[in-house]
Amino acid sequence: MASISANDATSKFAGIGGVYKPKSKGWFHYVKRAAFWLMILMILVYTIFPFYWAIATAVKPDSEIASTPVIYWPKHISWAHFSYVFDNGDFLKALRNSAIVSASVVLIALGIGALGAYALGRMRFRGRTFTLYLILSMTMFPAIAILGSLFKMIRGDWFIPTPNIYNTWLALIFTYLTFTLPFTVWVLTNFFKAMPGELEEAALVDGASPMRTFWEILLPLALPGLVTTGLLAFIAAWNEFLFALTFTQDFSARTAPVAIASFSGNTQYDYPFGNIMAASVVVTLPLVILVLVFQRKILGGLTAGAVKG
Amino acid sequence: MLVFPSVFIVALVAIYPLFESVRLSFTNARLGSSRVPENVGFGNYQRLFNDDAFINAFKNTVIFTVTTVAFETVLGIIIALVIHSNFRGRGVVRTSMLIPWAIPTVVSAQLWRWMYNDVYGVINDILVVRMPQLFDWIPFIGDDIAGLFPERKIAFIADPTWALPSIIAVDIWKTTPFMALLLLAGLQVIPSDVYEASTVDGASKWQQFWQMTLPLLRPALLVALIFRTLDAFRVFDVVFVMRGVAPETMTLAVYARQQLIDLQRLGLGSAAAVIIFGCIAVLVIMYTRLVRIEET
Repeated sequence: MASISANDATSKFAGIGGVYKPKSKGWFHYVKRAAFWLMILMILVYTIFPFYWAIATAVKPDSEIASTPVIYWPKHISWAHFSYVFDNGDFLKALRNSAIVSASVVLIALGIGALGAYALGRMRFRGRTFTLYLILSMTMFPAIAILGSLFKMIRGDWFIPTPNIYNTWLALIFTYLTFTLPFTVWVLTNFFKAMPGELEEAALVDGASPMRTFWEILLPLALPGLVTTGLLAFIAAWNEFLFALTFTQDFSARTAPVAIASFSGNTQYDYPFGNIMAASVVVTLPLVILVLVFQRKILGGLTAGAVKG
Repeated sequence: MLVFPSVFIVALVAIYPLFESVRLSFTNARLGSSRVPENVGFGNYQRLFNDDAFINAFKNTVIFTVTTVAFETVLGIIIALVIHSNFRGRGVVRTSMLIPWAIPTVVSAQLWRWMYNDVYGVINDILVVRMPQLFDWIPFIGDDIAGLFPERKIAFIADPTWALPSIIAVDIWKTTPFMALLLLAGLQVIPSDVYEASTVDGASKWQQFWQMTLPLLRPALLVALIFRTLDAFRVFDVVFVMRGVAPETMTLAVYARQQLIDLQRLGLGSAAAVIIFGCIAVLVIMYTRLVRIEET
């Protein structure tokens, strides 16, 4: 508590927490401070508790899951749900599909998107503004609007004779570009725009081609941006549900979110919640760890994608 | 041309399918049928507006969008203001807020469905068992407070009156932190001397909030608002996983997918999808007018 008031003294204005005035330390001051910490506690419980609950349910034995009153801290740890999940060939296949599809989409989107973003961010040409508006509006595109036509294209039922790729990785990789590519181009364009121009000019003056400048000067500089954008695109692809549900039929291509959504018991009233939560933790934990490790960059990338114009 | 591959792929996977959806919406095409579709003009659109299920889905979508965005904005502002102040452990709180955002929607839907469970669910346990215990011992008014909580456990998902509010609460949980983080970024841009000057002028904190913080936060707030509105309007995952195609929670996207894929009515479903797109396009135009792409 003492360190807080030291902070307050130095704090410029702040939000609700900033209302403490170190001068007047009446009882009201302590009430306000208690209310402030209560709010912090509530925010923490609100954001963290559900994920804690998933983990707690996953490691509880079934007897503790189906218990009233509810047991808040597991009394015994049981790995039965996790071993069920990892012995489940279908779920492993779904994880593999998710990994392959998401990784491929990210690599393609970054490869193609970085080139486009380089041009849009560093060069001037006719139609540049139009292209930017087009890309920006595509980042907000409702996937449902093209679900039917994409379905036809995937089945090879359109004006170009293409093979039927329904229920394959390719179908998902292809359709996931609708949301990953515009996002990648948009965020990277802002990133390239913000980079200082001197190095590039020096390279161009020295007679390097634009492609060489891109590969040898800009790309290494852009690496942090590429990592962040790639990570965000990966999360988007990993979490995608609508296309995965619609364009796959079985576990040769079905991804983890579809597998989790379709987990069910023998009857409507018998949901294997322990297994579902174990699978959920397996699918989510890598993301949460990635997000926590890269949190600063992610915050920057998200606000760049959303706020900067 | 370096932009060409990007533009080509965007045209192939987004723009062509969009035009194709619009074209299909004027036909009676069916999925997986070799019959040549006929042009039916605005017939599909007429049918939709005479279809109670569609009107109902539209209503649900509007309710969902308005409620989630309103709650997320108010809660987001409050949380952003709280976190904006200096306190120990601020970084931890800010980081914790990324967790709901990082959890896949499907996972959060399953997770909340379990928490909402009518027998073993933790939310019912808190409301029906723990809260009354918490307040019961307080003299005089304890009984009255305890009496405010429901006596019996609620079937949040199965009960048609509770289903939509419960799903709305899940969306609010998942996206409020993200909203708060966007607004926090907006708050941090506001220079602190603005506040110092007004404190000298004797403005109260409440006045400062309404007359300075909120107007200065406006750009960030507008962008966050429209982003959320777009997302809420096309909501599919959370509704579909928690309640399937049940009428009391069906949104436009769930309706459109049911028509397109399950019932194979490519024409009618496309018309519904085009209506969703139209509503969102109006919002996108508003958005692109707000963010200026500087002409360099």
